[in-house]
Amino acid sequence: MKPFISPRSLGLASKSVSNLYKCQRSIVCTSRSRNYSTHPPNARLNLPTDYSTTSLLSHSSQTALSNPELPPEARNGTAKRMNFCQAITDALSTALAEDENVLVFGEDVAFGGVFRCTVKLSERFGGARVFNTPLTEQGIMGFAIGLAAEGMRPVAEIQFADYVYPAFDQLVNEAAKYRYREGKTGRNAGGLTVRMPCGSVGHGALYHSQSPESLFTHIPGLRVIMPRSPIQAKGLLLSAIRSNDPCVFMEPKILYRAAVEQVPTAPYTLPLSKAEVLKEGKDITIISYGQPLYICNAAIEKAEEDFGVSIELIDLRTVYPWDKECVFESVRKTGRCMVVHEAMVNAGIGAEVAAAIQENPDTFNHLSAPVSRIAGWSTFTPLMFEAFNIPDVARIYDGVKKLLEY
Amino acid sequence: MKVHMLPRASLRRVFSSSPRCSSYLPLSFQHSIIRSSSSISQRLGSKHVSFPGAVKSEFTNDLKYVLPANLPALPTYRAVGQDGNIVDQSFEPDLSEEEIVKVYKTMLTISIMDPIMYDAQRQGRISFYMVSAGEEAISIGSASALDNEDVVFCQYREQGIFAYRGFTLKHFMNQLFANKSDIGKGRNMPVHYGSKEFNIHTISSTLATQIPQASGAAYALKMQRINDPSLPPRVVAVYFGEGAASEGDFHAALNIAATRSCPVIFICRNNGYSISTPILDQYRGDGIASRGIGYGIDTVRVDGNDFWAMREATKKAREMALEDGGKPVLIEAMSYRVSHHSTSDDSYAYRARVEVEDWKRRDNPITRLRKYMEAKGIWDEAKEKDAKETIKRDVLKAFSEAEREKKPAIRNMFEDVYEEMTPDLKAQMEQLKQHLEKYPNEYELGEFEEGINSLNS
Repeated sequence: MKPFISPRSLGLASKSVSNLYKCQRSIVCTSRSRNYSTHPPNARLNLPTDYSTTSLLSHSSQTALSNPELPPEARNGTAKRMNFCQAITDALSTALAEDENVLVFGEDVAFGGVFRCTVKLSERFGGARVFNTPLTEQGIMGFAIGLAAEGMRPVAEIQFADYVYPAFDQLVNEAAKYRYREGKTGRNAGGLTVRMPCGSVGHGALYHSQSPESLFTHIPGLRVIMPRSPIQAKGLLLSAIRSNDPCVFMEPKILYRAAVEQVPTAPYTLPLSKAEVLKEGKDITIISYGQPLYICNAAIEKAEEDFGVSIELIDLRTVYPWDKECVFESVRKTGRCMVVHEAMVNAGIGAEVAAAIQENPDTFNHLSAPVSRIAGWSTFTPLMFEAFNIPDVARIYDGVKKLLEY
Repeated sequence: MKVHMLPRASLRRVFSSSPRCSSYLPLSFQHSIIRSSSSISQRLGSKHVSFPGAVKSEFTNDLKYVLPANLPALPTYRAVGQDGNIVDQSFEPDLSEEEIVKVYKTMLTISIMDPIMYDAQRQGRISFYMVSAGEEAISIGSASALDNEDVVFCQYREQGIFAYRGFTLKHFMNQLFANKSDIGKGRNMPVHYGSKEFNIHTISSTLATQIPQASGAAYALKMQRINDPSLPPRVVAVYFGEGAASEGDFHAALNIAATRSCPVIFICRNNGYSISTPILDQYRGDGIASRGIGYGIDTVRVDGNDFWAMREATKKAREMALEDGGKPVLIEAMSYRVSHHSTSDDSYAYRARVEVEDWKRRDNPITRLRKYMEAKGIWDEAKEKDAKETIKRDVLKAFSEAEREKKPAIRNMFEDVYEEMTPDLKAQMEQLKQHLEKYPNEYELGEFEEGINSLNS
């Protein structure tokens, strides 16, 4: 949990920013008993996420390389400590090196990107392949679609998911429908990948916090992906770039610097539209994706301890087209389930997952409790109230309790 | 529209001397890979400003607003006048007599097919149609100056380009009737043509979306030639109306094409109306051409009723677009939409019939080219009559053949959403099949190729 500003959550842990933050803290916090980056003194559940110890990240190269989804050449290779940004950069440089048709562009991409995801790519691969565009999201998307429709593999960046809406027409009416409307010509915009930082960051307020994934999951033709870790960021991004369908690749920006793990150095891909069971359990299934998985994991730990239950945790990874079978199988086993996401609850991913579960006769018959959704409230992400809006450990813990008490 | 709160913070980080930055190259080198606009130094007493945003701007002590109304309107280029005589003395026709006749027949074909299909829609035999009357020279004149390998993006009123490149009446009719031979597999509204063979992207109804796509496609052609110099130099041509130019995508496209030096020719068909909206409700500047200059794009305004002017301007635009590693060019083609906007529109609801009749009589791209040909002695009344009869016969033949064809297999509804059909779509196709098996009499299954069987997984 990150109730207030912290340099780590900013993803910008430089000395200057740290110092700035420290000064600010000494001024602002003199009359307070606690400082901004810590939890309330009596909190037992809503403790900050410790990414350095979480079981969701591979802290040793051994665990990183033993991932059964990796191809043999990656498993037999080496691993390197990378944060989420570096894993993205690694995937982009692999893609740029392996295919001359790959181009990387967007606003402020050339100097390395405002989140440092494209550092040195312009120097290595040239300004013709990694470049800045004018500040126009609809232009970036239209330009990218034209490139893809002529056989290139553009990786376009939208600086924040909050600013993707000007490009919505191009994504919905053009990128998604290109293959379909071209029919026998076979032309398509499948080479397109759109990257965008998403999710809350502690202080992003209305326009630096949004998670608009469900707006894209309503669009046939698009693949919508949200990784939770550096290993996933690299493997899923490479899959997205190589995919012949247009992909919306959403990167939880709070993880950019915070999530650090051992990442296989060899190129590898992870499968799209395939969920991952992160932890097996038999009483409850929790389904989530992206950053809230860490919150779920912490809540599961406490709930299992307190209630003596065993909880299964599933990472959807691709939110559309999503892995229904994996979820159904788990729910048939546990009979209780909860969907957790940061985006608002109304018509969100949780609505789709819950509806699909109840619509599937075999799975419906196994339900012992209604499917629950722990998600953002149906409002926006307000600056000062973020902590009350996004799913936290306490809300998930309480959700588990309610599922058990039903 | 955006607050650069976080970005600014990270800029500080890059320029700070934090040890983490040691992996970055020195600033001076970074500048060499980033396209910087100018040197920032400013000498005292300099006549020119060195503001990075406008490097050639001279200081002035005279506070004077630029008044668009005081600027002369950009001129309109003509090669051949209304009477069919050459008015540009430096212009020399570069087509053989046979080629000119071919061009003219293509224009005639479109002008004959249009009213037939318009009536077919009125009789309910096709669902929709849009004619291009009065604008045949824009599409065909420009297409004749392009290479067939050049990539084209259309709006929807450019059937002339398709016809010029070799799209047959069969192709047109299959699309209009959305039968099983339709390249678009019966998914698109009539007039939304597309062709891989002739390098024309399929038309979509969304206005102006094709313009930034054309910029991107042009960048693709440029990059592909850098990667493989044996490829022929190619440009992209993109067509749109003056109404579509009000969309944000027009702005985005011209700006990005200029900054990325894309070999793209923007061709605006300014026909005076966007459905019912006259230009005074569309813009207050000097048409579309005056905007090109603002984006730093080489621009010309052309008489769109003059086939030769369109051809000459496009020929030159193509050369210019390939110069200096590639750059965009804008052509504004002036014309008048003598037809209704579409079959769903009665234009006499918003403009006088006499205005339209006047335009039809006063100036018409087809009569102008005909007059030119007659003056040259390569065309006459007999040839005209014969050509018209032959074309009409061919159109009607293709019409009835296409109308008799079956509709595409229902399966086409589910395919091509993704490269591979997803499990969801497979399940939904099965659901539809079971439903149709249960209620076969509620649907016209026999009209569709393979009937219900196309839905077998």
